[in-house]
Amino acid sequence: MKNFSYVITDEIGIHARPAGLLVKEAKKYASKVVIKANGKSAEATRLMAVMGMGVKCGQTVEVEVTGDDEDAAFEGMKAFFEENL
Amino acid sequence: MMRFSGKTVYKGIQMGPVLVLKGNDSQVKRDKIQDADAEVERVGLAVEKAQQQLGKLYDKAVKEVGETSAAIFEVHQMMLEDEDYLDAIHNMIRTEMVNAEYAVAVTGDNFSEMFAGMDDDYMKARAADFKDISNRLVQNLQGKEDIDLNSSEPAIIVADDLSPSETVQMDKDKILAFVTVHGSSNSHTAILARMMNIPALIGVPLDLDALHSGMTAVVDGFKGEIIFEPDEQTCEDAKKRMEEEQEKLHLFQSLKGKENVTLDGKKINVFANIGSVGDVGYVLENDAGGIGLFRSEFLYLGRDNFPTEEEQFQAYKQVVQMMAGKKVIIRTLDIGADKQVDYFNLGKEENPAMGYRAIRICLKQPEIFCTQLRALFRAAVFGNLSVMYPMITSVEEVKKIYEIVDSVKAELDSDGVPYKIPEQGIMIETPAAVMVSDEFAELVDFFSIGTNDLTQYTLAIDRQNEKLDEFYNAHHKAILRMIKMTVENAHKAGKWAGICGELGADLELTEEFVRMGVDELSVAPSMVLKLRKVIREMSVKE
Repeated sequence: MKNFSYVITDEIGIHARPAGLLVKEAKKYASKVVIKANGKSAEATRLMAVMGMGVKCGQTVEVEVTGDDEDAAFEGMKAFFEENL
Repeated sequence: MMRFSGKTVYKGIQMGPVLVLKGNDSQVKRDKIQDADAEVERVGLAVEKAQQQLGKLYDKAVKEVGETSAAIFEVHQMMLEDEDYLDAIHNMIRTEMVNAEYAVAVTGDNFSEMFAGMDDDYMKARAADFKDISNRLVQNLQGKEDIDLNSSEPAIIVADDLSPSETVQMDKDKILAFVTVHGSSNSHTAILARMMNIPALIGVPLDLDALHSGMTAVVDGFKGEIIFEPDEQTCEDAKKRMEEEQEKLHLFQSLKGKENVTLDGKKINVFANIGSVGDVGYVLENDAGGIGLFRSEFLYLGRDNFPTEEEQFQAYKQVVQMMAGKKVIIRTLDIGADKQVDYFNLGKEENPAMGYRAIRICLKQPEIFCTQLRALFRAAVFGNLSVMYPMITSVEEVKKIYEIVDSVKAELDSDGVPYKIPEQGIMIETPAAVMVSDEFAELVDFFSIGTNDLTQYTLAIDRQNEKLDEFYNAHHKAILRMIKMTVENAHKAGKWAGICGELGADLELTEEFVRMGVDELSVAPSMVLKLRKVIREMSVKE
């Protein structure tokens, strides 16, 4: 298992479109990607669950990747967050 | 006549027939089914069809309203791929043995409610998106097509709420306005309305069943109201205002960003007059090249004590910063005459127009003047600020002002406060000032001709006195000659001269002013583009 934390800088938080892109990114990997924030957690491949967390600007999310390709998933997800959120 | 108020999402005014969209929520019946696999397959087909529809809507929206607003349809496509959503539907079909329509509608409602209950306005607004995709699936399952507005005449769309897909698939030319009972200003419908420049109201308490398509209505986005079956007077007012808006829009589109230049290449500055910080929005909206007259009185009026240096500094600083490098000419205090303030204790005068006012107060009570000058010089650091002194009649007054400026400068130096001595000019608004403008031109950086007072003092006519109307001629040769003389004297000394009084906005005189060599006209923000139009259509050589 590998993990990293990230502080959301997007003004409206993890809103619909980035959440959709996040799901697409997470689906690229065999590893399980879990996002935790606000005491809730969600699998990154589940759009409604991700949006339902209601993560806002300035909040910290914990991202956990577990699985065979976790190195690639870790790098990929990290890059995604930095670029889009 | 029936009048309802709501919240304006986009301003504008429109009149026309109403098109009432009732019940976007398709009626769904709960049916028992035998073959769950067949129902699940129907859902799959409906999703596939929906993906295609959304792809088309996305392309249409990109063309009409841009990529950012169109992104919602991409999001809808993603939502339709969501495993939780699809699992919930499949699950319901299999465990309850119900029809696909019912399972989709209930699942859509559940997800929608979940988002509606979130403590975040943005996420709350997403509830409509889940309703929207579920409705789309239900429609596809029922074999219904998207509503087709393309054959109808342009109308005001009245609905309970509008989904993004409904909004975008409508033909833009057929929509006069949007009015909805629900909806939020964060919704995509609201965003699309703004992009499409269509007046839109939300939160209007309407009973849709009491309305029918074809009724006439006026939507007034400025007042945030819709009037059904308006009377003749209301219709006429609305028509007039629509024409005005149309003209404004036309001027705006054809003249915004253009130079104020005559056909034969003479350029002139067109600036705006304002009376408060809040007016800066109108200045920018109307594309003025700067602020030619910022009346500082607003800081002194409507209160019981003098504004502090800090209050003034903040206000001036805000304006020059908002104008981002464009010139801002601030006129020092012009209290007295028709503008009386209790705490100044000015006392009653026989003839206030010719009395204790403006620079005269500042020179007699320098403590008031010094505070304002300190604030102005400090604010000058933050942008392109100029100062202008009102009601000047003699060279001695200007010299006295400069003495005070020097003392303020020394004070600021010893306080170690950052400041800048800005460009300093005077108002030419007395005949005396015109007559010695050659001498003034050597002393100051610029002239701004205040035609309201200049006219009153030159013609000896009180504008408030109706009995004198027949003697009053705004275009009196005496005034025009005075303006010419002032401009010529300014130019001889290599200085510039502008007009900031009402005459500056008189379109009948614009050509003459440009020919005289007036360098700047400062007018109400709403006149800026009208002046630009006249200037761009004239030639200096007759």
